[in-house]
Amino acid sequence: MAEREQKRKATPARDTEDVAEAPAPSESGEKIKAELDELLDEIDDVLELNAEEFVRGYIQKGGQ
Amino acid sequence: MAVPKICGIETEYGIVLRGAGESNPVTASSLLINAYVSDLAVTAAAAAPKVGWDFEDESPGNDARGYAAEGSLAPEVETHLVNAVLTNGARFYVDHAHPELSTPECADALAVVTWDRAAERILAQAMAAAARLLPDGQEILVHKNNSDGKGNSYGCHENYLMDRAVPFNRIITHATAHFVTRQLFTGAGKVGSEASGVSMAEVPYQLTQRADFFEAEVGLETTLKRPIVNTRDEPHADSQKYRRLHVIVGDANLSEVATFLKVGTTALVLAMVEEDFLPREFVFRAPVHALRQVSYDVDLRRPLELVDGTTVTALEVQWELLDRARKFTEDRGLEVVGAEVGADVLRRWEAVLNGLESDPMSLSDQLDWVAKLRLLEAWRERNGAGWEDPRVAALALQYCDLRPARSLAARVGLERITDDDAVTRAMTEPPEDTRAYFRGRCLAKFAPSIVAANWDSMVFDVGREPLRRVPMMEPMRGTRAHVGTLLDECSTPAELLDRLGS
Repeated sequence: MAEREQKRKATPARDTEDVAEAPAPSESGEKIKAELDELLDEIDDVLELNAEEFVRGYIQKGGQ
Repeated sequence: MAVPKICGIETEYGIVLRGAGESNPVTASSLLINAYVSDLAVTAAAAAPKVGWDFEDESPGNDARGYAAEGSLAPEVETHLVNAVLTNGARFYVDHAHPELSTPECADALAVVTWDRAAERILAQAMAAAARLLPDGQEILVHKNNSDGKGNSYGCHENYLMDRAVPFNRIITHATAHFVTRQLFTGAGKVGSEASGVSMAEVPYQLTQRADFFEAEVGLETTLKRPIVNTRDEPHADSQKYRRLHVIVGDANLSEVATFLKVGTTALVLAMVEEDFLPREFVFRAPVHALRQVSYDVDLRRPLELVDGTTVTALEVQWELLDRARKFTEDRGLEVVGAEVGADVLRRWEAVLNGLESDPMSLSDQLDWVAKLRLLEAWRERNGAGWEDPRVAALALQYCDLRPARSLAARVGLERITDDDAVTRAMTEPPEDTRAYFRGRCLAKFAPSIVAANWDSMVFDVGREPLRRVPMMEPMRGTRAHVGTLLDECSTPAELLDRLGS
């Protein structure tokens, strides 16, 4: 249990609000945006054309 | 005492016959599976078993608690639908209104990922085979998901071999704590909620596909009033020694890391349960509510109420389980989950918890829910689309499309932990270190003489009466080490049976 407590203290406090949603620093933010743009461009080429209609009609029978 | 964690995954896939107007999913599923099996018969002479499933030992109505709850519905066994057994030891069949593939029994989490990946490739090949049989303009599409976004769910179940002597209540306590909190990394991500009364404004995106559909803490059902801990008591093995924990609460993952951690951490937690190695009990005041709370909380810090009046977060429970697993490794070793694979599970488990703690979006190459969220957020921003936009739901659906040319999961940069050659082999060859080896090799070599097969036996017809049933009640026997040479040496099934009998 002592080990666990130690690890708990070494990690950021769980109830602070700013950790998960803090914006990335701008230089890596640029890189991330460039990567995402590339991904979205690639995906544009394979997206289903009638996707809206398809998703509306996508009905499955229940299973386990 | 902890027994080797023989494990496997059974996945029900979403299915649509496109271009045919009204279509029957049972018929479509049958066509899909028959197309695959027929295709094997044409293309690979060695791998064409048309062997049926043997329902002799199926008893899904048995309850691990030793009684059946009043008013509970035992799952039915549907014996009339398509059922194929493959040379890789898997079962490929129609269950309810879905194609389902159960991996062969595997000895560790990495093998499960490999044969689960092989299953995806088998489904993709089945779609291509079906396309050749269907009229122009018709196509069968298969998705690896768990809901249609309209309130219908289908499962991805896990199975783990456990020591029969372990009190079931101890399993319930610790398995519940793990199942509720492992959603942090097992979630496949879902747009909106399908639980009644939960609006898109409240839950635009959640970690898992399945949490909305669970209504009970413990029980036998799988299609109605789904329980977090399922009590089906059907070991498919020596029932004096073993139980098979049937886990119905997980999502179907496209991320190999997510599948690896889902199976690897659960195998470790269950081994610790067997060894009574978990002193701290996390008993939630309302487990079903906690399951949804975790799934709905993309910020990952919502406190969960325990019966003792205190609270924990899902991350805190996972850190505690990881710490105990490390201690377990020092004290007892990792043999029951595979030494090397177990060490990799611990390493990745810690890395993922650290990532979730500091910056969840940094795990977009590791976890499905993060990869999908990142993709959807970027797309929404570029197109000025709200969460309720049907194109966002369409994108989320296409994430789990199994056609290689359309799959978005294949394009978002998820880390691979299997290699393509191993996956290709796993499409036709069984694992070598479980009884699946015996099943698979027999099917590859002696299919015409095999009348039926199931998890714990094979039935041979070698021309003399009566039919011969070979029991396989020990999942760790029938491995390559046990029967590899024997199978190599026998040229006829009669010879095999004679030598097995002597």
